[in-house]
Amino acid sequence: MKLPDKTTAMAEAVARIPSGATVMLSGFGVPGTPFALIQELLRQGQDNLTIIKNDANETGMGVDHLLAQGRIRRLITTHIGLNPRAVAMMNAGEIEVEFCAQGILAERIRAGGAGLKAIVTDIGRDTELTRGKPRLEIGGDSAVVELALRCDVALIHAARADTFGNLAFAATARNFAPLIAMAADMVIAEAEEIVPLGALPPDHVHTPGPFVDHVVALEALSEEYGVVRRA
Amino acid sequence: MALSGAHDRMIARAAREIAPGMVVNLGIGLPTRVIGHIPADFPVCLHTENGLSGIGPTLPYEAADRNLIDAGGAYVSTIPGSAFFDSATSFALVRTGRLDLTMLGAFEVAANGDLANWKIPGRFTPGAGGGIELAQKARRVIVLTTHTDRAGNPKLVSRCTLPLTAAGCVARVLTEMAVIDVTPQGFALREIAEGLDPATVAAATGAPLSLPEGEIPTF
Repeated sequence: MKLPDKTTAMAEAVARIPSGATVMLSGFGVPGTPFALIQELLRQGQDNLTIIKNDANETGMGVDHLLAQGRIRRLITTHIGLNPRAVAMMNAGEIEVEFCAQGILAERIRAGGAGLKAIVTDIGRDTELTRGKPRLEIGGDSAVVELALRCDVALIHAARADTFGNLAFAATARNFAPLIAMAADMVIAEAEEIVPLGALPPDHVHTPGPFVDHVVALEALSEEYGVVRRA
Repeated sequence: MALSGAHDRMIARAAREIAPGMVVNLGIGLPTRVIGHIPADFPVCLHTENGLSGIGPTLPYEAADRNLIDAGGAYVSTIPGSAFFDSATSFALVRTGRLDLTMLGAFEVAANGDLANWKIPGRFTPGAGGGIELAQKARRVIVLTTHTDRAGNPKLVSRCTLPLTAAGCVARVLTEMAVIDVTPQGFALREIAEGLDPATVAAATGAPLSLPEGEIPTF
């Protein structure tokens, strides 16, 4: 037996994303953000997107390009403080923003990826972020029902992938990648390096191949992937 | 940003809150600066919510690993024994009592321990990031902040007016003026910056401040 080959050309993989799609993006700041897949999405023109990502990157990077071109309708995120455009568009009503506590965003995605409908938590119960959400009394304690999140497409950056879509992430670029990989109807992973089957030892796989639909090779890393020198 | 002598003493004092063996998360801003006051051989595990336990020294841009940052975006490093993990694991650690201590910034801290540090309606609305879980679930929450805001208004108040991060979570407030505990009776002065008198601290505090009997330790 031999595991199937999922390597796909960038344009062909991204062409499967329709306008109006809900798209999860890996990344916490720069590490893990799939900049090349985002660039291809920009080039192809999909719009009216719902983006789910920890943050909105920074000016001139990643999600910011999609915002600048008006491609995003709704953003589910934890913190957009490094992207003044995202804050301004939110305040002007040009995009809808739903803020979520960071670990709860992770758990909502993990629940979606595990085939569950919701999680129940006491996190954020004192805050306006949970206003209007269903509550449960558990053991005399008030808890909030947070709905699971799934998406049409997850776009993921991996350090290494094999041709079957087993993925390995580097350092803090892992963040949301293994979670969104499980919560999507279709997963497209860009990889800095695609290795032959067997070259990724089974114990070193962070996301197992069955979750991944398409593996896209990165020819070269654009400047966006580099170290950000802040003034 | 260069820190004044008083602020630098506050950061040095904050470092003394970290006991050997702790798992600690230092929030963005002033708390991050505490790292500079932890001796290289001190046994502590620093955690950052973007997926690293065992934070090593911050690196200059030339030496940085593009994939290795802390939650504030600083290029950090690993040390022997560090581990990387995903965001769900990272917050599982926070929510289940594995985090002994967090130090956070504040816009307002109330005498009942309520903390507001993520939103100023109409002016500052970036989202709360991981702050809610850190504030609500770390075993001990210490706020590290200037005693007053830029306009001179007290940050220690009777009740928070800004949207809360978490209710009743703060144990201690450390400022350039004083170390103040949140007690069932409200704010209690524990230590005072060298050269200050308690009346000055009380005047800069927007809620009643109880004073200890006898001499007040300085820092």
